[in-house]
Amino acid sequence: MEAAELTGVEVIDLASTPLRELNRRLHELAGGARSWRIVNPNGAHAVACGLDAEIDVEIQGHVGYYCAGMNKLATVRVHGNAGPGVAENLMSGEVVVAGSASQSAGASGRGGLLVVHGDASARCGISMKGIDIVVRGSVGHLSAFMAQTGRLVVCGDAGEALGDSIYEARLYVRGEVASLGADCVEKDMRGEHLAELSDLLARAGLDDVGAAEFRRGSPACASRICTTGTSSPRSSARLGRASTTFAASARNGGCRTSTISSSSGRACRAIHSRATASAVAQMSSWGRASPSSRSS
Amino acid sequence: MSFGALSAPAKEALGRGASEVGTATTTGDGGMTEEERSHSKTLVYQVLPSRYGMNPDDLRRADAIEVVVGQGAKPGGGGMLLGHKISDRVAAMRTLPKGIDQRSACRHPDWTGPDDLEIKIHELREITDWEKPIFVKIGATRTYYDVQLAVKAGADVIVVDGMQGGTAATQDVFIEHVGIPTLPATRLAVDALQELDMHRKVQLIMSGGIRTGADVAKALALGADAVSIGTAALISLGDNSPEYEEEYRKLGSAAGFYDDWQAGRDPAGISTQEDTLAARLDPVLGGRRIANYLRVLTLEAQTLARACGKSHVHNLEPEDLVALTVEAAAMARVPLAGTDWIPGRYSA
Repeated sequence: MEAAELTGVEVIDLASTPLRELNRRLHELAGGARSWRIVNPNGAHAVACGLDAEIDVEIQGHVGYYCAGMNKLATVRVHGNAGPGVAENLMSGEVVVAGSASQSAGASGRGGLLVVHGDASARCGISMKGIDIVVRGSVGHLSAFMAQTGRLVVCGDAGEALGDSIYEARLYVRGEVASLGADCVEKDMRGEHLAELSDLLARAGLDDVGAAEFRRGSPACASRICTTGTSSPRSSARLGRASTTFAASARNGGCRTSTISSSSGRACRAIHSRATASAVAQMSSWGRASPSSRSS
Repeated sequence: MSFGALSAPAKEALGRGASEVGTATTTGDGGMTEEERSHSKTLVYQVLPSRYGMNPDDLRRADAIEVVVGQGAKPGGGGMLLGHKISDRVAAMRTLPKGIDQRSACRHPDWTGPDDLEIKIHELREITDWEKPIFVKIGATRTYYDVQLAVKAGADVIVVDGMQGGTAATQDVFIEHVGIPTLPATRLAVDALQELDMHRKVQLIMSGGIRTGADVAKALALGADAVSIGTAALISLGDNSPEYEEEYRKLGSAAGFYDDWQAGRDPAGISTQEDTLAARLDPVLGGRRIANYLRVLTLEAQTLARACGKSHVHNLEPEDLVALTVEAAAMARVPLAGTDWIPGRYSA
C-alpha cells in the first residue's frame, strides 16, 4: 500500500466513532495523518488491525481481542491491557502493550516486534513464525507452543510446557520455568546469543534489564523484577550462567537431549540417557516438573 | 488439499478446471500459491490452525475466507506433512525447516471456542473491510450443535465434511473411527439451520465422499446448497490411472485404487513434491479433465432432478428420496423404500 504524504495527529473517540469507521480510515489513510490517537477503546476488539503503512497509533486505554492483528509497518502502542491475540500474525512493525496481555499474544506472528511491559498469559508466542516478543513480566503455560522461528524473551517466569513442540525459535527466560514442553531443551548461551538477547532488550527499550539480573529458583523476585525500577542498571552485555536459552532438540528419533546439544538433527542423536539424567538433576532446581516426565 | 500435499501443477490444474465450469477452489493448509490464484477465478483462502503462510495480502486477494475448525477425515485431529514432502518451496512458504516432518495443530492458536470464533470472524472482516464472505468448515461429529454454533459465530457459509472425506496423511484410527458419515451429517446440519430459521440464509456446503452426480443430487435433496469435492477431483485429474500400473504395483498399490500418497511418490505427479514426478502432470490437460468431470457431475445431478420432475437441482427435496437400507433410512430420515417407515420415527 503506497502511503501518501502524512502529517498531523488524528484523534478518534471510539465512544462516538464506530470501530468500522476507525479501521476503514486506518486502512485508507484518509486525511493523511501520520499519527493517530484512539481514546475510549473500552475493550473493543480488532482495534487497529490489518494496518499496512508506517504510521503511529496510540491507544489510550484497554483493548479487547486481536488488537493490531496482522499489521504491517505500523507502530501501535496500547496504554492499557490487551485481550487475547494482541498482534496475532504480526507481519512487521511494532506493537507495545504498557499493561498486560491475555492469551496468545503474538500468536503465529511472522515478523516485527511485540513488547509487553506487564505479564503475558498462556500461549504467548504460540506458533510464532518469525516475530520477536519481549515480555517484561511472566508468561503462562504453553508459551511458544509449536514456535517455528523468531525469539521470545521473558524477563519473569514461564509457565508449564514452555516451547512444547518447538521448531527453531529461540527462547530466553530470566526467571523460573515451571516445565519444558516436548522437544524443548535448555542450552548454553554462546556469544551470539548474548548479543542477540542484548539487542532484543535494547529494541524493547528495557535498558534497565541486565543479563546479570537474570536468576532462577528465586520466588520472591522471579517475576516482574524490573517493573518498580528499583533495580540498579546493569550491563546488558554481560550474561551470566543463570540466563538460558531454550531451543529445539532433535525432532527425528525424538531424543530428549537436555542441557547441551545443537538444535539440528544428527548431533542430538549422540546424546545418551546419562546426559539426560544429569540434566534432569540440574533442571530440578528450576521448578516443578522435570523434562524426563515428558515423553520424547 | 494444500500445496505441499499436492504439487504446484496439480494446484494449477484444479484452478483451471474449476474456473472453466464456474466453481471455486480452496487453498488448503499451505497458503496461497501464485499458480492457484492466477488460474482459479474464485479462490477460497483457508485460515487453519497452522496459519502457514497466513498474511493479510492473501486474505485481501481471496474471494472468500474459510475458517477451518476441522475436516471429516480427522475431526479433532491436526494435520501432517511428512518430511520428504517438505521441499525448499514448501519449507519457505510454511516457514519450516526442510525435510522435517511437519505437524499442524488441531486447534487454532488464538481462539478456543465458539464465542472466541465470533470475535475472530469479526477481526477477519475488519482486516478485509467486510468484503469477503466467511466460511466455517467443520468435520462432521456433533454436527447439529456445531452448525448452530457456527451460525451464532457469524458464518456466511458452513462447510460440513463427513467422515468419508480423504486426507493426505493421518492415523488409521482417525480415518476409520472418528466422525460421522456425510449422510446423517447432512440431515443434522439442515435440521440445525431450519431450527434457527437460517436454512438458505446461511449456506450449507456438504463434502466427504462426493463422487457421482447421484451423491450431489442426494445432498441437495436433503437440503445442502452445494457440495465440495476433494478425492474425486484428484482421481479425475489422473491419480491411479492405468498408464502407471507398473509403478503403482512397485509401491504396493494398483491402478483404480486411490491411495493417500503421504509418502509423496505419486507416479501421476499430483500428490508429490518430487520435481521429476510433478513434471509428468500437464496442468492444462489436467484442468480439462477436471472440467470434464465437473460437467458430467452436474449433468448427472440435473438428470436425476428432471427425473423427479424438477426444473432445477435446487428444487430437489427430501420427499424425492427413499432409502434402500434401514441404516440409510435412519441416517437420512427418509422412509425405507416401499414403506412409510423411518426408523426412530412414527409412521405417517
